[in-house]
Amino acid sequence: MRYAMAIDIKKCVGCADCVVACQTENNVPIGYARDWIIEKVEGLYPDLRLHFESQRCNHCDDAPCVRVCPTGASHIIEGGIVKVTHEECIGCGACIEACPYEARYFHPDGYVDKCTFCDHRTSQGDNPACVSVCPTHCMYFGDLDDPESPVSKILREREHYALAPEAGTKPNVFYVK
Amino acid sequence: MKKITRRDFIKISAAGGAALAMTDPILNWVPSFLKQDYTPLSEDKAERTPTVCEVCFWKCAGWVYKDKNGKIQKIIGNENDPHSMGRLCPRGTGGVGMFYDKDRLKNPMIRVGKPGSQKFKEVSWDEALDYVAKKVKEIGEKYGYESMALLDHGTTAHHFEHLFRSMGSENTAEPAIAQCLGAREAGFIHTYGSGLGSPEPVDIRNAKCVVFIGSHVGENMHNGVVQDVSYGIDHGLTIITVDPRFSTVASKSKYWLPIKPATDMALLLAWMHILIYEELYDKEYVEKYTYGFEQLKAHVRNYTPEWAAAKTDLPDDLIKKAAYEMAAASPAVAIHPGRHVAWYGDDTQRERAIAILNALLGAWGRKGGFYFPEKKVLPKYPIPHYPEPKWTWKDITHDKYKGAFTGVTNLLIDASLPENKSPYKIKGWFVVATNLIQSIPNKEKTLRAIQNLDLIVVVDTMPMEITGYADVILPESTYLERYDYLRSSRHKVPNVALRMPAVEPQYNTKPGWWIAREIGIRLGLKDYYPWETLEEVLDWQLKQVGSSLEELKKIGVKTFPKEEALYLAPGEDYEFNTNTGKIELYSTSLAEMGYDPMPKYKEHPQPQAGYYRLIYGRVPMHTFGRTTNNPNLNDLRDENHLWVNPKVAKILGLENDQEVWLKNQDGVVSTFPVKVRITERIRHDSVYLPHGFGHTASKLSRSYGKGGADWELTTKVALDDVTGGTGMRGNFVTILTENPHKNQEAES
Amino acid sequence: MKEQLMASGRNIPDLYPHVDVWGFGIPLYLFIGGLAAGILLFAAYFYLKGKGDELPVTVKISTIIPPVIIALGLFFLVEDLHHKAYFWQLMTHFRIQSPMSWGAWVLTVVFVLSIIWPLTFMDDIIKFFEENGRKKWANSFVFINNIIEKTPVLPVVITWSEKNRKLLAGLLLFFGTILGIYTGILLSSMNARPLWNTAILGPIFLTSGISTGTAAIMWMSNNAKEKLMYSKIDFVLILTEIVLIVLMFLGMIWGGEVQVRTAEMFFGGEFTAVFWGIFVGMGLVVPAILEYMEMKGIHVPVAVPAFLVLAGGLLFRIIMVTAGQISTYLF
Ligand SMILES: Nc1nc2c(c(=O)[nH]1)N[C@H]1C(S)=C(S)[C@@H](COP(=O)(O)OP(=O)(O)OC[C@H]3O[C@@H](n4cnc5c(=O)[nH]c(N)nc54)[C@H](O)[C@@H]3O)O[C@H]1N2
Ligand SMILES: Nc1nc2c(c(=O)[nH]1)N[C@H]1C(S)=C(S)[C@@H](COP(=O)(O)OP(=O)(O)OC[C@H]3O[C@@H](n4cnc5c(=O)[nH]c(N)nc54)[C@H](O)[C@@H]3O)O[C@H]1N2
Ligand code: SF4
Ligand code: SF4
Ligand code: SF4
Ligand code: SF4
Ligand code: SF4
Ligand SMILES: [Mo]
Repeated sequence: MRYAMAIDIKKCVGCADCVVACQTENNVPIGYARDWIIEKVEGLYPDLRLHFESQRCNHCDDAPCVRVCPTGASHIIEGGIVKVTHEECIGCGACIEACPYEARYFHPDGYVDKCTFCDHRTSQGDNPACVSVCPTHCMYFGDLDDPESPVSKILREREHYALAPEAGTKPNVFYVK
Repeated sequence: MKKITRRDFIKISAAGGAALAMTDPILNWVPSFLKQDYTPLSEDKAERTPTVCEVCFWKCAGWVYKDKNGKIQKIIGNENDPHSMGRLCPRGTGGVGMFYDKDRLKNPMIRVGKPGSQKFKEVSWDEALDYVAKKVKEIGEKYGYESMALLDHGTTAHHFEHLFRSMGSENTAEPAIAQCLGAREAGFIHTYGSGLGSPEPVDIRNAKCVVFIGSHVGENMHNGVVQDVSYGIDHGLTIITVDPRFSTVASKSKYWLPIKPATDMALLLAWMHILIYEELYDKEYVEKYTYGFEQLKAHVRNYTPEWAAAKTDLPDDLIKKAAYEMAAASPAVAIHPGRHVAWYGDDTQRERAIAILNALLGAWGRKGGFYFPEKKVLPKYPIPHYPEPKWTWKDITHDKYKGAFTGVTNLLIDASLPENKSPYKIKGWFVVATNLIQSIPNKEKTLRAIQNLDLIVVVDTMPMEITGYADVILPESTYLERYDYLRSSRHKVPNVALRMPAVEPQYNTKPGWWIAREIGIRLGLKDYYPWETLEEVLDWQLKQVGSSLEELKKIGVKTFPKEEALYLAPGEDYEFNTNTGKIELYSTSLAEMGYDPMPKYKEHPQPQAGYYRLIYGRVPMHTFGRTTNNPNLNDLRDENHLWVNPKVAKILGLENDQEVWLKNQDGVVSTFPVKVRITERIRHDSVYLPHGFGHTASKLSRSYGKGGADWELTTKVALDDVTGGTGMRGNFVTILTENPHKNQEAES
Repeated sequence: MKEQLMASGRNIPDLYPHVDVWGFGIPLYLFIGGLAAGILLFAAYFYLKGKGDELPVTVKISTIIPPVIIALGLFFLVEDLHHKAYFWQLMTHFRIQSPMSWGAWVLTVVFVLSIIWPLTFMDDIIKFFEENGRKKWANSFVFINNIIEKTPVLPVVITWSEKNRKLLAGLLLFFGTILGIYTGILLSSMNARPLWNTAILGPIFLTSGISTGTAAIMWMSNNAKEKLMYSKIDFVLILTEIVLIVLMFLGMIWGGEVQVRTAEMFFGGEFTAVFWGIFVGMGLVVPAILEYMEMKGIHVPVAVPAFLVLAGGLLFRIIMVTAGQISTYLF
């Protein structure tokens, strides 16, 4: 099983519902965020292009954050989800430094926190909170090993890209063009 | 499948690799109080109660989930709700912050000392309500209860409208009409004999083409529209957007028409010209259902695309291409009427033009155009007839604004001014769930009216600007802590939705229905309140339609079978609610009232050198100023930016994030600085400032002084000659890079 | 025109406008690691070559520095943790893939060895200070010695170690080298930062670490021959370091867009002056010239190049940590 997410930038409006939903679902403290929105504009008036990217941990296949963690607090679970065990984390920051996506942050309680792909929901067969609220239905989640999963389907049908592939981490969040 | 995860692998190698590694439990001496419970909520085990979102006026139904400790955890959409389709917008999801905001109004307060003093004291509900009742009686006895005006918005408004009708005043108005969609309703009423209402019955899901004219879907997060457009993008919908700004939806459009602001009418007339003279209109439909085609044809003869190109600063072939696209999609096409349409003063006429275009395209009553919505009518709980007021809003409105169909906020304000010499005087206000200081243009005038009142009562949840001018502040519980009337809206499927308290009211707050009832009883209006709690009313109403409060508590939303058709049947004879029974391309009703029966192009002022048109709109994560202090939503966006075209930035030497101040054509200067965003996404003749920021109420700890306030700079108003609505887009600003308040600060 | 902005407001100062989780602690920790490794490597190496009496400062005296500074380094390491109450988790895990993990372990092992090593030379150390007129220092060590003799186990360990110094030196050589390399690997294990994502960083840090060790010994030495020898060694180390640094930048400039943007921070960007002017100029070139003069018999106070090398070494680590955190693949 290999969980992945695909986000259709043709539909995303950058509303940040995914961000608040994550906050209320996962008790992310105010002032912090496990996901966030980047707005990208290109071109000259009036010939312009604009899109939004809802970004989060990419649950990389080759996750440097897990590699550098001195305690094993950062680890990989079923489906390739990268997680942090709060009680094992010493807050050294190595994983934050190692992540090319700035996906991790220090929780005010000291440990490192990040997107979990909502494993408490996905393990029950539900979509992650962000995916389930998105008013434009632009986010897809599922198992890449299952050719019929929503994410496999859309990635098969549409052109897509991942962020900073040159960092070599093999990210699993894709943006569909 | 091999179940060795990377973690197992590492643990094994670590154990093998070093004898030093010890097992965790031995050293796991951290006391349990240091450990938090991180187990996330499990939806199927959690308690949930139905709600209807009050963060904006789309009124989505949803579920409030509580955690193990009975605290509100999250709100999500109700799958069976046609407004939300199971998904809330960011503001709805962040609605929890309305409840948790520590800055909320907590106790009733009365102004002490001289009128206008800045001192309030916290009082008991009894004291506050007795005081309000006493003052209202005084006004009623001295001037008549007609002299009490209600300015309101949102669901709570119903409770106070009932109170006002019971005491004999119909002087009620909402900024959601005169400052928002009034002109649109009038424009459609005078064309189709019926307005649009909310949600707008635009059939985007089935459309092949939809046109947005300054309607910035995606920033305007009206949930249904956003979801429909997104569905459309997946299903081959062509979008055309007319906006001086490269809005979010413009970026998703086949054609973006970066129009010169205030010239939309030229474009609309040219589109009519193209459809008619190139014979692209729906002939059969026009023939069968419309009135006045020949007059219209003659009327738009000179409104050619070339003429419009010069007015609108758009290439004429772009104007044409857009028209061809619409015609090709006809009748599965809709020119969206927009919602906040109080722009330039000829707003009813502009909306008329949109209504006419839709008729030419044969879109009204057609699949993929406009559908016929239907509502489940709930019987009214039996009460005596309301007393007949001696005068109403109509008496102060209709001599000038004959097309107004409800009270007009700004005219009620005018009637409160000291210079009002007419017999119709307003002496007291109830301001319920509306922040007049931010929402009504020309703050200075509003303040003069307030100074002239004998009483101003504000019912709100937050210490907004308007509460600072109140004589009595009544803190309402948020929508998550109260019952309200059922939502029964016009939609594709008739439906009702329940809002009930998820938790007990926080602090010393009370639901609106309770507040209104208590005042009513103190005014001797007990007969109008033959019930003790709103639950009784709701249960009674639901039982009349074969349901019950108990059922609604479980399901939240109940849908009912549709009784009327969604679209016109082919060749169906249909009687429109107009004088002629037809869709009036030539409006006989407007002509009767002495207005132009067909829309004309009118030049509006353009900014003088050094000035830029101030245009405003929404950010997706906020509703006006009501959410900018909401902790969850403030976290997403705590200030706005002033959008400036790079050319302008170059001329003025501006840099990104530089703080500037704005001064408008009337010399009004913004209180707080705003940061600059240099972006190609806007024309060079305009600057853009999302609305709702720059709060001046200092008790809003997160949003006070954050960002720029379009509303402070909106002092010039172009009144819509049909409805009296306030066109607010004719304000021009110049950008100040030096703090204009520096000297004053030094002096004071 | 290209515009890119955060549309959801993510005001985490640790992350924006750029990652900033490692402050002064980590560079200092890296500096200390390199310096301690440098000193210990020379001590062990020359002891094994049988030059204990010929080079007393190298083998015996200077080794009082490492235990003190490593203690300091460990303190900074823990101090830098955000979840301090859980620091012990570091010592309940050993993760070979994590430089942070084995670095902590190596530092701990080296710490123990570095304490024992000078204790086996207590008499020589006291004598050295007395001979050099440092009465107070000598007295302090006498005092320490007295305490140690009263403890139950330590005297036995020390006596055993005195007999097995060769083994001890071998261990020091082994773990000291790992420690030196580790300080470079720690950064380059972070894929995320283009500046650190280069294999050449390890050798640079090792060279620079040994160079700071050389400087420290040179400074402490009272022996002209020893001083001259270290001048020569350091001269070679500095030249090596410069070559490696040049190679590092060539690699970046010839690399992809991301690397080029990273290099720009040092060529015209915000780090140009500190890096080339202060670190390379004052911390490498000037001391190299002074050492060259020393080699040519032109006498210079050895404290000057020694201080410059030490300060340069610390500055280098500060720059690399700060600039590394700014460099990013995302743009
Ligand atoms: N300059 C400028 N003016 C505008 C607009 C603009 O874009 N720019 N937009 C116009 C439009 S389209 C509209 S619809 C109007 C809207 O104008 P308003 O109706 O004034 O809407 P809000 O600004 O949301 O103010 C709502 C008030 O209700 C309070 N409130 C929120 N929830 C509750 C509740 O449950 N109970 C009670 N009692 N109070 C509550 C809030 O604290 C706030 O004080 O503004 C119009 N005015
Ligand atoms: N997130 C969010 N969503 C909301 C609200 C909110 O507060 N927040 N409020 C809701 C309410 S009550 C309303 S009424 C609606 C209003 O939402 P809409 O009806 O969609 O939008 P407006 O506020 O009328 O218009 C804003 C757009 O008009 C453009 N514009 C300015 N001048 C001109 C012009 O001269 N011509 C043209 N063609 N375009 C122009 C601006 O660039 C901007 O993109 O939004 C609703 N949805
Ligand atoms: S909720 Fe959906 S549309 Fe909104 S920003 Fe997130 S991904 Fe985009
Ligand atoms: S995105 Fe960052 S935190 Fe997530 S798995 Fe990849 S490297 Fe680790
Ligand atoms: S901060 Fe925590 S999770 Fe990250 S590397 Fe250090 S111990 Fe591991
Ligand atoms: S998957 Fe879950 S944890 Fe990750 S961003 Fe979405 S809501 Fe947050
Ligand atoms: S559109 Fe958003 S804010 Fe408005 S009612 Fe629906 S969920 Fe609430
Ligand atoms: Mo509105």
